[in-house]
Amino acid sequence: MEINEFIKNFANQFDETDITEFQPETNFRELEEWSSLVALAVMNMIGKKYGVKLSPDEMRTTSVIKDLFALVQSKK
Amino acid sequence: MPAFIKAISYYLPEKIITNQDLVGEFPEWSVEKIAVKIGVSERHISAENETAADMGVKAVEALFTEHDIEKREIDFLLFCTQSSDYFLPTSACVMQERLGLRTNIGALDFNLGCSGYIYGLSLAKGLVYTGIASNVLLVTAETYNKHIHPQDKGNRTIFGDGAAATLIAKDGFAKIGEFSLGTDGRGAENLMVKQGGMRYRKLFNDLGKDERGNITSSDHLFMDGGEIFNFTADAVPILVENVLKKNRLAQDEIDLFIFHQANKYMMNYLRKLIEIDKEKFYIYLEKVGNTVSSTIPIALYEAKKENLLKGNVLLAGFGVGYSWGGVNLKIS
Repeated sequence: MEINEFIKNFANQFDETDITEFQPETNFRELEEWSSLVALAVMNMIGKKYGVKLSPDEMRTTSVIKDLFALVQSKK
Repeated sequence: MPAFIKAISYYLPEKIITNQDLVGEFPEWSVEKIAVKIGVSERHISAENETAADMGVKAVEALFTEHDIEKREIDFLLFCTQSSDYFLPTSACVMQERLGLRTNIGALDFNLGCSGYIYGLSLAKGLVYTGIASNVLLVTAETYNKHIHPQDKGNRTIFGDGAAATLIAKDGFAKIGEFSLGTDGRGAENLMVKQGGMRYRKLFNDLGKDERGNITSSDHLFMDGGEIFNFTADAVPILVENVLKKNRLAQDEIDLFIFHQANKYMMNYLRKLIEIDKEKFYIYLEKVGNTVSSTIPIALYEAKKENLLKGNVLLAGFGVGYSWGGVNLKIS
């Protein structure tokens, strides 16, 4: 499991945000396009691609892409 | 005898709630941002004394006028709603009288939401195919806004009230092909109005807030967005695959996909999952919102008006139940 691949999958859930905005250190909650709907899509993607089912509460504990990646890794 | 969609019309109630209206009511909430994401700028709301059956009657009257259809031709009425006028009698019986339809016809209600139009087409096709009826009126009508708590900003942004009427006959512009249907009652509680049926007759009066500050109330419409999202993302790609198989078609032979218009973000998520080109994916939500069982006929009507219907058109409905279904239409 590699972070660049994870970032690509994460970025795929956005329609308008430029791909360069997605870095390991990016605080995704500060992105203009971030919303509860994108959160649902991200959680669904994590379930499908990584076999990890995150609860909304777990999702809410992270704000930075690399932390979310670490959370997914820890649950694999 | 093959069955065809011959004509469609729809009706929307007079009152309109704009995003601006919602911003006024919920100034602390980013309505505009959410509304852009879900693709709805206006939704129509039924008047306090206006029911699904009332709207259904209006949609049928529009169908008769717009397409020059004689009411005596109708020999079956199917009414899809989850918001009946009464426990009994069946709304379809009341509507038969109000519409002045013949008395030697069949009429029944069936209770489904976002998958209702597909199921209605499957029932209508069966009636025509077996010769039980020749001109089936399929009416879909819903008033979810009556079930939504006034403070439930999320659902109020998404759902609009409305009704559609479709005539299914031995000829028409769209031949109804093969169906794929699905049901999974494990999802029942994820989209539910608990109170008001026979199991829970009395009001719960348990208005509260969840940890994110959203309204919770067993007396109103409840939707677990996350669970519905996951169900849809799991079920719809398989549904599309099954509809293609049943109709012996490859995905690139489909000229237009018309899905239940749940919300724009969800629809685009599905479109990307299934790898459907943007140009082949029809969205009509902005001025109507999610009208539950009427989103597909409304979208079909609008797509026809825009001359977008040709070749194969794949329809897919999915939601409350869980219940889902899809069919291919061959446009002639």
